[in-house]
Amino acid sequence: MSNNMYCAHRDPDKKGKEEGVSRRDFLGLAGIATAVVSSLAAVLGLVRFTKATVHYEESHKFKIGKPEEFPVGTIKKLDDKKVFIFADNEGLFAISAICTHLGCIVYPTEWGFQCPCHGSKYNEDGKVIGGPAPRPLPWLEVSMHEDGNVIVDAGKEVKKGTKFKVA
Amino acid sequence: MSESNKNGIGKFIGNLKDIINFLPNTVLRSKTLDSDKTKAAVMVNNFFLHLQGAKTHINTLRPAYTFGMGLISLFLFFFAFVSGVFLMIYYNPSIENAFNTVKDIKYVVFGGNTIRNIHKWAGEGMILFVMLHMARVFFTSSYKKGREFNWIVGIILMVLVFILNFSGYLLPWDQLAYWAMVIGANIAGSPVEITDILGVTKYFDFGGLQKELFLGGTVPGKATLPRVHFFHVMFLPVILIIFLGIHFWRIRKDGGLTRPEEFEPRPSDEKFLAPPQKKGGLFPTNKTYGLMELAKGRTPAVNNDIENAVLSWPNLMWAELAVFMLTFAGMFVYSLYIDAPLRELANPIIPENPAKAPWYFLGLQELVSYSAFMGGIALPTLALVALALIPYLDREEGYVGVWFSNTQGKVIAFLSFIVGTAALIGVLVFIVNFGWIRTWWPDVPQLVIIAINPGTLWVGFVAAWSLMIINKTGSTRMGAIAMFVMFLVSFVILTYVGTELRGPNWDFYWSKKDWPVH
Repeated sequence: MSNNMYCAHRDPDKKGKEEGVSRRDFLGLAGIATAVVSSLAAVLGLVRFTKATVHYEESHKFKIGKPEEFPVGTIKKLDDKKVFIFADNEGLFAISAICTHLGCIVYPTEWGFQCPCHGSKYNEDGKVIGGPAPRPLPWLEVSMHEDGNVIVDAGKEVKKGTKFKVA
Repeated sequence: MSESNKNGIGKFIGNLKDIINFLPNTVLRSKTLDSDKTKAAVMVNNFFLHLQGAKTHINTLRPAYTFGMGLISLFLFFFAFVSGVFLMIYYNPSIENAFNTVKDIKYVVFGGNTIRNIHKWAGEGMILFVMLHMARVFFTSSYKKGREFNWIVGIILMVLVFILNFSGYLLPWDQLAYWAMVIGANIAGSPVEITDILGVTKYFDFGGLQKELFLGGTVPGKATLPRVHFFHVMFLPVILIIFLGIHFWRIRKDGGLTRPEEFEPRPSDEKFLAPPQKKGGLFPTNKTYGLMELAKGRTPAVNNDIENAVLSWPNLMWAELAVFMLTFAGMFVYSLYIDAPLRELANPIIPENPAKAPWYFLGLQELVSYSAFMGGIALPTLALVALALIPYLDREEGYVGVWFSNTQGKVIAFLSFIVGTAALIGVLVFIVNFGWIRTWWPDVPQLVIIAINPGTLWVGFVAAWSLMIINKTGSTRMGAIAMFVMFLVSFVILTYVGTELRGPNWDFYWSKKDWPVH
């Protein structure tokens, strides 16, 4: 067997024939390529296997209570939901308590919010005013359920300043 | 013999009585270990010992050449492996049981606290000694002349050791574990900062994919612990053992450890260097028996430095036994007195303040506090690639086996140490006192923070300094020394700052005593 079996060279004893891959080289190359491609496909399938199809997690959407429970001036942290609920003259609004840097929980201060883990700082609107956080704290969608409870959807970000006016 | 030939039962009884003598011979494949031939044979014929040559160069046995650091790392892995297998008897990787089973191990199981401590400290000890081993290999130019790829294997092993340690402290499901999962997952997800800026996140969310594969969901929970456990106890150790095998096999094929080309034995070595007692064999009597007689390449048998090699049995065995005993004793005593930490049960509502990783990640945590993507992914990757490519960018021959190469090497190392220490401390003093770009211009775009932060500037400085050294000295080896010294300086200083000088909110404090009470 010539040592250029897998190279696309012509065999020296086939001089004069057209340039190209010999039949034997072609079969060798095709065999190797098939093995590589099918192995890669198998690896991809295994990686996809590790990505769960269903997440058994809590819903992003949750009721926080009747509007009367949030009079103007309310600042309330829902610990287990990781959101702050505010109420002012213009309505109700919710700001996420999850630091946009690496996911720690911020706590309120006189000037806004502070992240304990890597020192990110946000003002009262959630805007980044210091530290490494890449994005402002998201404002979350607030709406009303037909049973009269206020709903916050932590999976839906809304524009800063969007406030929910209770009719 | 002749008696047992006469009747079968007599032969049987004779064999039975002789088992105690014959069985060890079959294991060692040698009756006695009293001649050079049998001493060479025991090395060649034993599965574990044959990873080493029948003869060992004297330089390899000099404690001050290697300090035994690679071997210490290996023994620590062995201790971590054994203690880990036993921890699995009680540990249960579910969020309902994990914390309780670890508490059980720590407070109830006989010897549980010590076994757990050994597992923890052997694992962390591997980090320390693997890095020291890497430094020894680097400073003695032992990554050259056929050993280039083994250096990369070593880097892979080091990364595996870091990931093994990381996945290990996620398992107890305490506060450290939970918040390390949150932070680790978000670091894995931090490429989203880049895809956001490019505006392609909704088509290709690489960060999000990494985060989801790590967590098995969007938050640490019951899907996370089993996969982290699988990685820690099965996938990573198997990969590590495979690469360990490659690492050792290549050392063996490269003719053992490196040594200076011009090696002069000391007078005290003479008594070990007697010519072999040899009768027959392929080669003349000044060479030893063994497989090496047939081996190709750079083995003692075909090199002329056979003169300075001694029989591995027992000389190397004694040295290795000494390292084993020191490692075992050190780890055991440490584990008797120092307890591996176990925090409170994981509480997803509130992180600790400060939420500090174990010491070996606090340098990275300092970098991450400048930028998640840069500090957590880009700069560490860059550093690892730069380390891995050292043998390919510095191919100068000579000075293999000599610490710091030559006088110039010592000068460059010292200079880089001073300059690196001063410059990095300068950067840190600056940011502690004056803050960074966002402190001055809060509206600056995130891209600027990602691109220009103390971490990127520092790495740029190291690169510039190393290139300048290459330019001034005309030697790539000198540039490599400059870069490697600065890498070590960064690791040590950033780790120190993260460990000792950072407090609540990752603010700067001279001492833990100054931390605010809350």
